[in-house]
Amino acid sequence: MITVYHYMAVSAILFSLGTFGVLTRKNAIVIFMCIELMLNSVNLTFIALSRHLGSMDGQVFVFFIMTVAAAEAAVGLALMISFYRNRESIDVDDINLLKW
Amino acid sequence: MYDKLWLIPFFPLVGSIINGLLGKKIKNEKVIGGISTVAIALSFVVSCKYFFQLLGDTDKTHESIVASWMSVGSLQVDWGFLLDPLSALMIMVVTGVGSLIHLYSIGYMHGEEGFYRFFSYLNLFCFSMLMLVLGNNALVMFVGWEGVGLCSYLLIGYYFEKKSAGDAAKKAFVVNRIGDFGFLLGLFLLFWTLGSKGVWTIQFTEIAANAHLLESGGVIVTIITLCFFLGACGKSAQIPLFTWLPDAMEGPTPVSALIHAATMVTAGVYMIGRMCGLFAMAPTTMMVVATVGAATALFAATIGLAQNDIKRVLAYSTVSQLGYMFLAMGVGAFSAGIFHLMTHAFFKACLFLGSGSVIHGMHHGYHHAHLHDDPQDMRNMGGLRKKMPITFITFLVSTIAISGIPLFSGFFSKDEILWWSFGSNRGHWSLWLLGAIAAGMTAFYMFRLVFMTFYGEQRTDARAKDHIPESPLTITIPLMVLGVLAVIGGYVGVPAILGGANHIHHYFEPVFGEAIKLNNISAHGSHATEYALMAISVGIAVFGIFLAWTMYVKNPALPGQFVAKFTGLHRVIFNKWYVDEIYDALFVNPTKRLGTFLWRGIDVRVVDGIVNGVGKLVNVGSMLLRYTQTGYVHNYAFMMVVGMLFIVGFYILR
Amino acid sequence: MELLELLFFYLVAFVAVLSGVLVVSCKSPVHSALALVNTFFCLAVFYVMLSAPFMAAIQVMVYAGAIMVLILFVIMLLNLGADAHRKYTHGVVWGAICGILTLLVTGFFVKRGSITGMQGDVTTELIQGFGHTELIGKALFTDFLLPFEITSILLLVAIVGAVILAKKEV
Repeated sequence: MITVYHYMAVSAILFSLGTFGVLTRKNAIVIFMCIELMLNSVNLTFIALSRHLGSMDGQVFVFFIMTVAAAEAAVGLALMISFYRNRESIDVDDINLLKW
Repeated sequence: MYDKLWLIPFFPLVGSIINGLLGKKIKNEKVIGGISTVAIALSFVVSCKYFFQLLGDTDKTHESIVASWMSVGSLQVDWGFLLDPLSALMIMVVTGVGSLIHLYSIGYMHGEEGFYRFFSYLNLFCFSMLMLVLGNNALVMFVGWEGVGLCSYLLIGYYFEKKSAGDAAKKAFVVNRIGDFGFLLGLFLLFWTLGSKGVWTIQFTEIAANAHLLESGGVIVTIITLCFFLGACGKSAQIPLFTWLPDAMEGPTPVSALIHAATMVTAGVYMIGRMCGLFAMAPTTMMVVATVGAATALFAATIGLAQNDIKRVLAYSTVSQLGYMFLAMGVGAFSAGIFHLMTHAFFKACLFLGSGSVIHGMHHGYHHAHLHDDPQDMRNMGGLRKKMPITFITFLVSTIAISGIPLFSGFFSKDEILWWSFGSNRGHWSLWLLGAIAAGMTAFYMFRLVFMTFYGEQRTDARAKDHIPESPLTITIPLMVLGVLAVIGGYVGVPAILGGANHIHHYFEPVFGEAIKLNNISAHGSHATEYALMAISVGIAVFGIFLAWTMYVKNPALPGQFVAKFTGLHRVIFNKWYVDEIYDALFVNPTKRLGTFLWRGIDVRVVDGIVNGVGKLVNVGSMLLRYTQTGYVHNYAFMMVVGMLFIVGFYILR
Repeated sequence: MELLELLFFYLVAFVAVLSGVLVVSCKSPVHSALALVNTFFCLAVFYVMLSAPFMAAIQVMVYAGAIMVLILFVIMLLNLGADAHRKYTHGVVWGAICGILTLLVTGFFVKRGSITGMQGDVTTELIQGFGHTELIGKALFTDFLLPFEITSILLLVAIVGAVILAKKEV
């Protein structure tokens, strides 16, 4: 029998993987993808719990998260393009103006 | 009826503000001097009106509240004025003598740098002094008290480019501060003591009405009055705080006349008169006051014997005469003390202004001859009576008055004091003796002054001696008025045994009568004793004059021989008993050393060390923390994750 | 039957985690992107298994379709190949510690935590009878109408922002 905990376990693993990726990768787009991975793991938790509790609210939230993710993708990728134009790179190690 | 009392201090304040703010622009000396003189003269007119109104009134104590100052709990302090015989006489003296000295200053200060500044200060002083004497509570009095101290400081340091003037101003201020400290302590203690009995007040009338709540002759009232007396000592230059007054002669002569002879220095006497109810309840304090007064009178007189600076002689004479006033206060002769205050204001102002006139003339002569000799040194004077007849006559009259020769004002007041110090139940024959000896010395050094200045050969440098003119009218008119007052001023207090009615005594009855009656202060003695005392004091004075005449007119070589015989004594007296040096060694230098220690040791090392240390710590800390701000996104992300882990972990493991 | 279902679940979960690992570890962004698409598909399968077919469809269309295409497009546009000369990771040790800690924390969360939400009335029978899309639609247009409308504004803002940011000269 597949329980809600199975899904949540998978979700936890994916979330930790995403965190690891965000912290270790240099390429901004890959970091971006890792964030998407984390978002998706949360989505999975939402839907699993929604089914477990017999309510549609969780799924509606997933719907909203997807919308936000889409908006984020649009803006984030535009930022990267803009940045690449200036620096010829999207390596986060090259982005260090945010100090002092 | 009495609701316009505020006008009296108001006029000088306005004059001071106008001259202080606009004087530099006005430039015209006549306008500046005119504004100030008119301001104080208006005060005089108003004072006259109220004085005579009070004379004709049956009710002798009037208060006029202008505005509320502060209201704390059950304590209510107002900007209020109190007119009773005591303050009425004081405002008459302050505004009257003040007006004359303002007029005099126009001539005397002619051409001085900062003419407007001088008049602004002078008016401000009059304002403060009037606040002091008119205030209906101790706080308003204290405002005036501090105000006159400030003006005194400003005016002594009027020639601030001279180091000695600046030092003298500072000395006056600091010494006065010691006295002010005593005043405040006494006021606090009085306030709390009365407050603990349920009367929270600092109003003079209420203090007087509730004085009976204090234990008569008790420790508390003695301490309170001693504190007040310390304040009076500072202001009125009594032992041990008298050293500032002779130095204060660095100021312009009109200032010496107005502030350091006629008015401000008598504030201490006035204050004791104001608090007579309390002082009368403390016999110990009265004894201290009388002893200090008599000692000061004698001590200052001895120093006056050997001084050569014309103003310094007068300064020590002032200290000595103030000692007389305190002696009077101390033996319970309050009205005699105030009486002497008044006559002293007349003849001492006249003397100072006369000396100013002499200095003015000498200065003129030296200026003409392009010399830079000291115009105040009596050894350079002599024979001036023909050059400056008006100055000479007024000066002579005032000198006779101060020496206590019958028919002149000083005789009546001084004799009254001497009689009380002998016959009062608070007095003692030794006090009388001190006073009488001091009277003889006074006569001697004052006539020495007159003889050295006005008689004999003219010792002035030959190039200057023919260019010493009589002073202009603005100077001589005040001299003449004050000279007349110095003669007739005493006739308001002719004692009963000389056939007088002693008006002044009855005049002060409403102020001092109750305190005297409640505490059983009285002077007893037969008429014969009184006559005898009078004859002795007059005899001593005449002997002093005769001695001065012998030594300085008849046989001018005598002083030199005398000095040669008593070299040591003369040196000690000439150097003012080395009091300044002793104070320097005992108080000033240790204080300076302590200050230097606090500066070098505590302030620089400890305080600055802590402050700079904290600064350095923050600096180092931020230098270290700076490295956490790398600017790299993943570092921030890392921190974020760590923070999230902490928070979530906390909730899980809780 | 249940065993088979469980087996299938484990298979899909394995593929999903493996793809996730590849997303993080692949040197080339293109490879990462493809692995991510794979993960999304796995999640879509999970959604179907959770009888949420509409969400599965959106997952495939929006994520695997729209967003991933956008990402790939950007990668291609910027011509980001794997640069052999540069390290493509940093702070692996600390990242790993953080990742493991996160796993522990979330694991604890799953294991220790209890689900305390209110029990709703949506059952598998209802979904199969009434239809999943209809249920979502009902929820969206009744209870969540205002957030739904706000979402449209958010998308508009995102479009404008993206255009402005990506324009060559501002």
